[in-house]
Amino acid sequence: MDEITTVFVTESREQLAALEDALLQLEGSPEDNDILNAVFRSAHTIKGGAGVVECNFIVSFTHVVENVLDRLRNGEIKLNGDLVALLLACSDHIGNLLDVLAAGTPAPDADLAAEGSALLNRLQRDWLEKGSGGDAPSSTPPSARDEPLHSSGGGEVETDCWHISLRFGPDVLRNGMDPLAFLRYLTSIGRIVLLETIADSMPNADEMNAESCYLGFEISFASTADKASIERVFDFVRDDCTLHILPPHSKLSDYVALMSQLPEDPMRLGEILVRVGALTQAELDDGLRKQQAPPENDSADSAPQMPLGEILVEQKVVSPELVDAAIIKQKQVNDKRAAEARLIRIPADKLDKLIDLVGELVIAGASVNLLATNTGIGELIEATSLTGRLVESIRDAALQLRMVQIGETFNRFTRVVRDVSRELGKDIELSISGGDTELDKSMVEKIGDPLMHLVRNAMDHGIEAPDVRVANGKPARGRLELNAFHDSGSIIIEVADDGGGLNRDRIMAKAVERGLIQPGQVLTDAEIYNLIFEAGFSTAEQVSNLSGRGVGMDVVRRNIQSLRGTVEVSSTVGQGSRFAIRLPLTLAIIDGFLVGVGRSAYVIPLDSVVECIELTRDSNGRDYINLRGEVLPFVRLRELFEFRGEAPARQNVVVVQYAGLKAGIVVDSLMGEFQTVIKPLGTIFHHVKGIGGSTILGSGEVALILDVQALIQRCTAHETQRAEQPASIR
Amino acid sequence: MSDSQSGTRVAIVDDMTIYNASAQKQQLLDALAVHDEFEIDLSAVAEIDTAGIQLLILVKREAGRLGKRAVLVAHSSAVREVVDFFNLAASFGDPMLIPAREG
Repeated sequence: MDEITTVFVTESREQLAALEDALLQLEGSPEDNDILNAVFRSAHTIKGGAGVVECNFIVSFTHVVENVLDRLRNGEIKLNGDLVALLLACSDHIGNLLDVLAAGTPAPDADLAAEGSALLNRLQRDWLEKGSGGDAPSSTPPSARDEPLHSSGGGEVETDCWHISLRFGPDVLRNGMDPLAFLRYLTSIGRIVLLETIADSMPNADEMNAESCYLGFEISFASTADKASIERVFDFVRDDCTLHILPPHSKLSDYVALMSQLPEDPMRLGEILVRVGALTQAELDDGLRKQQAPPENDSADSAPQMPLGEILVEQKVVSPELVDAAIIKQKQVNDKRAAEARLIRIPADKLDKLIDLVGELVIAGASVNLLATNTGIGELIEATSLTGRLVESIRDAALQLRMVQIGETFNRFTRVVRDVSRELGKDIELSISGGDTELDKSMVEKIGDPLMHLVRNAMDHGIEAPDVRVANGKPARGRLELNAFHDSGSIIIEVADDGGGLNRDRIMAKAVERGLIQPGQVLTDAEIYNLIFEAGFSTAEQVSNLSGRGVGMDVVRRNIQSLRGTVEVSSTVGQGSRFAIRLPLTLAIIDGFLVGVGRSAYVIPLDSVVECIELTRDSNGRDYINLRGEVLPFVRLRELFEFRGEAPARQNVVVVQYAGLKAGIVVDSLMGEFQTVIKPLGTIFHHVKGIGGSTILGSGEVALILDVQALIQRCTAHETQRAEQPASIR
Repeated sequence: MSDSQSGTRVAIVDDMTIYNASAQKQQLLDALAVHDEFEIDLSAVAEIDTAGIQLLILVKREAGRLGKRAVLVAHSSAVREVVDFFNLAASFGDPMLIPAREG
């Protein structure tokens, strides 16, 4: 695939995403012309791009879609749910066609082609031929002259000419039609007062195909002919051009609408005004002169130069509304440019390379720091600590580069929720919050599937059918929430529904049946709910309101665990369930707390460290201490990792916290904070519990990184067991 | 089509229509690559269509972009008529009847 095609595919995918978004918005507010124009622009851009890369199957498909959008825009057809669904299907199809192009296949395969023509037939049958049909042009008679227009705000524009706005498609020349011939023919029914040739869409020389047409025309046309006759001039190229005709003395709002529809980036306000024929060249020149003149006439400290638009308004040569529309459009263009200029696209692997290097720098820095401390030279130590601080900043900045907002991932679900709720015959609204929460890009990519699963599950089994909801005294419309926020070094993503909640008893029954728990075993609600994540639990039949899709919740949990995250569920019967996914912010580098046991060093992620206390002697023999009146279970690393030898006289407890649970880790010595680059352990250590990875110390030694979550679970499970045993004996 | 290239003048000797557009595009861009300033002699262009006009727009724009000058000279009557029709005389900015050299 050559470079242009790659760019086209990437950009078209963005356009498609925008198209989809806009379509979904449009469903909510079908009267909003701005959104409709956004839809049209996206489709148009894709078609134009496809023309440039000469991908005919995309051009021809998108062309029909664009025709429908055009009729929609002209108010010839009305938007409804069916049309939105159809257009969404079309946008999916364009996505598939892009895949075909990206794969380098010359044409879509039979299935895809059949799908395409089915969609086209539906578009053609239901939306292009329906209604006005062949006499479409005359259905909007050139009667503007007779109507009282002043009520629509802004009144009529000065010009008494027709205004014709023409954009030719790329293929007109190749199809043997010359725009010049049509324009000449136009002069047979009237007089061209002013014609502006617009070549803005012509690409740079290398990309420009001499046989494609890139031209458009804005024409001020004096004629007594009616609109239908003018349209007839372009009959032969109707399919290959975009034609807008405004009758003489049109309403200002019509010009405003036209301006926002034109594909060009209007470069200068004056140019636009001339193009639409609202101003003559003389009026514009006058305006321009006024704008440049002041420095000579006035003193240097005179009022700031008035923008051209205001001058024109002041002279009453153009109505404010028109200028506003032009300014807004220009501003949008500028904003877009500015936004584009602020963004740089770089390949992800370059970024990964940078992060790797920063990781190495962190390790090397630690080594320098250690050596400097050993020398005891004050100035050297000071210098290295400064370097250390800078390295830390670089690390943070580098990691920040990889952070992306989760909003985009969330927004994808708008479509999913819409489609699935239609499929299921449920009415479900999606509410998204915390979309600006950032997390590592690699996480965002991997979290999509588990999220999708949770969302589908919630809709399929969580939220009840509308009649059931009404019967239970809830609003018929179900509600699904996606939320994200930061919490002590983790990001938490929640999927919540207001459905029936998990059925505790049925989960218990199922779990017993599957041999996951013993009959009569006493479990807390949380433990029971978490059973749904066990392998082999779901999928077979409909269990309460969960399961189904062939992929079990165990896969969801495994996916999340592979990201060093956890998932938890809470539920209230009759009120809904909430799944909370907790993920670390980044996968690569963490701030660690270095501790020693025997001669080995271990790293505890600093985020999870709450405090450090001395282990008092009298706690020997027990695995919990009294922490300010609270029972704190702990784990002795010395025992856990089976160190030989005597424990030193003084041991320390590092109090750690994870997901609301606290536990202690007993170590020999505390060695302070330490920046850590996580190196993953090999696959053979995969099932070693309690170790999350390894890192290299400044001295070159290896330190293991403790998996705090696993240790806490071990501690609490241990203590709960012990606590429960006496209870059951009693 | 051939180009009788004398100094910095490129002559277009064929019709500027869609049939010759690709070749002429190359010819003009080649000239643009070599010269900082050159003239395009249009005296022998008996017919010009939209594709031809597009080429002239392209060359003019490209020259402007590169900080070079491509001057249209000796317009044939066909070219003059179409340039006028498309209202491009002003944006091309070249005198249409008198060759630039003598002016």
